[in-house]
Order: sequence, then structure tokens, then C-alpha cells
Amino acid sequence: MQSLEITKETLRQEGERLKAEGFRFVTITCLELDETSLELIYHFDKDLEIIHYRMQIPKDAPMPSLSPVFFAAFLVENEIYDQFGIKFDDLVLDFGGTLYLDDDDDITATPFCKFGVKRADTVPDAE
Amino acid sequence: MSKTIVPFGPQHPVLPEPIHLSLTVEDEVVKEAVPAFGYVHRGLEKLAEKRDFHQMIQVVERVCGICSMIHAMCYCQGLEHLMKVEVPRRGQFLRVIWSELHRIHSHLLWLGLYADAFGFESVFMQFWKIRERIMDINEATAGNRVIVSVNQVGGVRRDLSPSKCDWILDELNHVEKEVKALESTMSNNYTVKKRTVGKGILTREMAYELGAAGPTLRASGIAQDMRQLQYEAFDELDFEPVVETDGDAFARGLVRFKETIQSIDLVRQAIARLPQGDTFVKVKGKPEGEVVQRVEQPRGECLYYIKANGTKFLDRLRIRTPTFANIPPLAAMLPGMELADVPVLILSIDPCISCTER
Amino acid sequence: MIKNIFKNFVSKSATRPYPIEVRPGFKNARGELDNKVSECTLCGICAKKCPSQCITVSRKENLWELNPFACVYCGICVDACPKSCLVHYTEHKKPARVKTNLVLKKEISPKLKVVANA
Repeated sequence: MQSLEITKETLRQEGERLKAEGFRFVTITCLELDETSLELIYHFDKDLEIIHYRMQIPKDAPMPSLSPVFFAAFLVENEIYDQFGIKFDDLVLDFGGTLYLDDDDDITATPFCKFGVKRADTVPDAE
Repeated sequence: MSKTIVPFGPQHPVLPEPIHLSLTVEDEVVKEAVPAFGYVHRGLEKLAEKRDFHQMIQVVERVCGICSMIHAMCYCQGLEHLMKVEVPRRGQFLRVIWSELHRIHSHLLWLGLYADAFGFESVFMQFWKIRERIMDINEATAGNRVIVSVNQVGGVRRDLSPSKCDWILDELNHVEKEVKALESTMSNNYTVKKRTVGKGILTREMAYELGAAGPTLRASGIAQDMRQLQYEAFDELDFEPVVETDGDAFARGLVRFKETIQSIDLVRQAIARLPQGDTFVKVKGKPEGEVVQRVEQPRGECLYYIKANGTKFLDRLRIRTPTFANIPPLAAMLPGMELADVPVLILSIDPCISCTER
Repeated sequence: MIKNIFKNFVSKSATRPYPIEVRPGFKNARGELDNKVSECTLCGICAKKCPSQCITVSRKENLWELNPFACVYCGICVDACPKSCLVHYTEHKKPARVKTNLVLKKEISPKLKVVANA
């Protein structure tokens, strides 16, 4: 599987460029690499050709959202927040980690991570 | 007029599966629609850590009952790619036959539900009566009615005898005759047109940009069908994607209706060209590496991402189902529509919520 | 329309009055799962292969146990069985009021036991 590298800073810019070139957003895949880092794979599609962009990110830092560029990205970004606990900034439709989970639960777990970490925004301040 | 928020679902007569929509309504006209999920989430992707990669075939079949064969086929294609196995030609043709039978019965089910959504009960019963023939074919050839479990890594588990093939062709003739008898109803009936023409329009640009998939995309005039990738035996079969240009609920119904007839033709072609030989190859070893595999399901394009690490358990299995891609277009097409049209429009994307949440 | 109405009057009903008239199962259908326990060697391959993990085999107590309500009727165990003693009937399992497991005990003949002891 061939893929290109991308960083947090170039994500939006690259997204705008792909959109102008007529690419369609397909989905984002999130994988857990180890205790501290995750990998996001962005899939785009044009005329049945699919291209992949990879990005390695730490678990506790928020990510820029792609949904202002591709509206369709909001659903999968909310799903990743539910399952892996990465917070996406500027989501066009933010479910706040309750896409699948109940909103009255005290959500601190990240169900799809083998190495359970606390969500970045729910870690209590150091006393 | 002040704004009212009308909750729609999770339990609603028109919905076969639970999804909730908060509709902001002004004078019977929807201004905003916000979907909410989480009623059928089962965490099947996570189960890949507990079941070995052979057992996962039966698990991914249960992501969505109605396109179970195609889910399992996509998953097996991905693993065959990783393990460098080539399915024998006969196995590839048999996969096409069963996957197209699945497409037929899924579309017939949807056409029935769709007719039911705008209150055309007799058409609903007609379509479901026809569908029963396809269910019988599934049970007689594969063993089960819906979740047929015919796939294995390296091929298919069942074979078709020549007499079975003749019987399938005979049954399909009946199915085609009965479906075509309903053609004028679906394409020219006053009631159907009144409820669907001009409702929920997705323009070509909108559908493409919002990432719509399958019939929802093709009804907006974009000829994109993953079967054009020529996986399995589709390279030998004559096939043109069905396209409509209006982009409304009526066009989406018409695309699915025409695809039903097209799939009947594809099964006939596949049976006519069915080669002799083995149906599967034995696989040895464990998968390693990562792969993205795409197939066309009745509801649209489905993407599987598989990462394997050389053990019998997969590292990560990610499934992007077609309805997941069709939710943003749904949220975009509802504003401006009347509240009474919302049920028909929700059904017009053929929602499969079990797929969406997995 | 009128044509259709008349056709429906004279044609056969599309449904069956189910409990009174039951359609016979198709030849290769995967119906109720059973084990011809006298031929079974309690090897446990079926329990290992089962995707829904509904089979438990106990060699100590010579028991073969199936939870028919967890079984997904995929036929993996039947294909995998080295003795071909597992069988799918073509008829489906009837609904039940109480969920019970199918427990089969393999009788070991005294003769075999003697051999084993020696």
C-alpha cells in the first residue's frame, strides 16, 4: 500500500488542493501504534484511483479537523474521538465524544485503544 | 413562526433500524437536520483482536445482514492480497453469482420498504413476494437464506451443480418477469411521482463533494461503481453503471430498480461463462502487511482497511460502509423539505444503521 | 389494475399457513446442528473453529455441549470435523420457551476402558 506523508500543518492546505483537483474524501482510518502514538490514514478518491496520506500523531494533542474543507469528514472524526480519544478542533458538527456513547456517562475511556489512555480533555489538572 | 424541534426516531414506523434525527422545523419546513447514533453499535472492528482471521469472516458478515456476502468477499479479497493467493476462476465466478443475488434481494427489499414509506402497501407486498424466490435460491445453493457464509480465504465453500444453475436461471426468468411487471408502477405512477419527484435533490456537485456512494451518487449523474475496478470476474462480464441525472428521490428509486434488472443479467452472464475447475485453493501461513480493498455493495462503495502482523489475529480492521458515506448527503438534502417528506427521503439513501455503527 | 385483481383471485396464495403446512427444507440447507456422538472422538476442533464459540467439549467428562441459541449456522464445524460426525439437518430448529443447551454424553464401552487402563 503506497502512501504519502502529511503533517498537522499541511493537512488543511493539502485538503484544499485535493478538493480543487477534484478528489473526493473517502474516510480516515485510525490505528494505534504504541502507548503514546496513533496513526491517521486519510483516503481520497478520484476516478476509481485511491490515494492515502499518513500522519503519526501523539495521543494527547488535539488535531485540526478536515471537516471545514470536506464536510463529509465530520462523521468519521467524531467516531475517532469516540473510539481513540483524539479531539478535533473546528468540527462543523461536534458530538463531543457522544456519537456512539451515552452523553450522561462520565466518558474517560478510549474503547479502541489497547493501551487505555485518559482522554486529553478530561485529564484532571495536577494538584 | 417560531422554531420547533421535532425528534425523529430512533423508533419510527418507516425505519427498519434505529437512527435519531433532530429536525428543526419552521412552518412544516425542515431548516436543519442533525443525526444522532449509538443505538446499534457493537464494536465488531475491535472483535478482530479476539477472533482469528478465519473466524472474522463470520463476524464481518454480521456487520450488515443484507449485504453479508459482499462484506465477507471484500474481507477475503483483502486477506488473499496479503497472503498472495489467487482464487481459481470458477471461485471468482461463483462469488459474482452470489454477490449479485445479494444485490438483487437487497434492492428488492429496499424497493418494498420505499413503497411502504409513501404508503403504497400493495407494491411493498409484491416486491417482497418476488424477493422470496431469491431467498429460496440462496438457501438451496448456499445453505442459509440471508447470511450465506460461502466465502473462505482462498475461494468459496460451496459449488453449483449444472442442474442447480438451470434451476437458478429458471427462477430468475420468473423474477425478471415479475419485476418488469412493476416497472410502470415505479417509473410512471401518479402516487409514486407525487411523493418523490423533485424531493431531496442532490446536485451532481453536492453528491460528489459530500462523498455520497452507490445509487445515491449515481442518481446524481456520476457513473462511479466499484465494479468498474473489475475485481473477481467482472473483467469478463458486460456491465455499465446505471446512471440517472435528476438526483431526487425518484431517480434514486429508479437507479435501484434498473440495477435489479442489471444484476439478474449479470448472474445470467456469469452462469453462462462459468468455467470448470476448483472453487478454492488451500491457504497456508498467516497474513502480514496492510491493504485497502474496495467493493461495490448494494448501498454503494465499501472500504476495508486490514493491517495484519503475521499472527492469527489482525492488528486493525477498519470498515467504511456505504451508509456511513451517505449520512452527510442525507443531512444536506433534508433542509428545505417538508416534514411529511422526511421519512421517504431518509429511506431514499437506503440507510443501513447496523453498517454505519458496526 | 383490473387484470391484476382478477389474477390474484384465481392464483395460488403467495404465503403458507405456516404451522399447518411446512415447506420441506432444501437439500443442502444448514438447519439444526447435531452430533452423532458415538462416532465423535471429542477432539475439540469444532469448538476451536467455531466463530461464535457455542460448542464446548470436555474430554474429562466425555461431554459435547452446544448452545443452539448462540450458534450462527455457518457450517464451519461441520466442514472441519475430521470424523464427519457433525451434521446439519435441513429442518430449522423450532422456537423454545426456555433456552437449553444440547448436551451429549459419549458412552465409552468397558472394553475400550480396559485397553486404556492397560
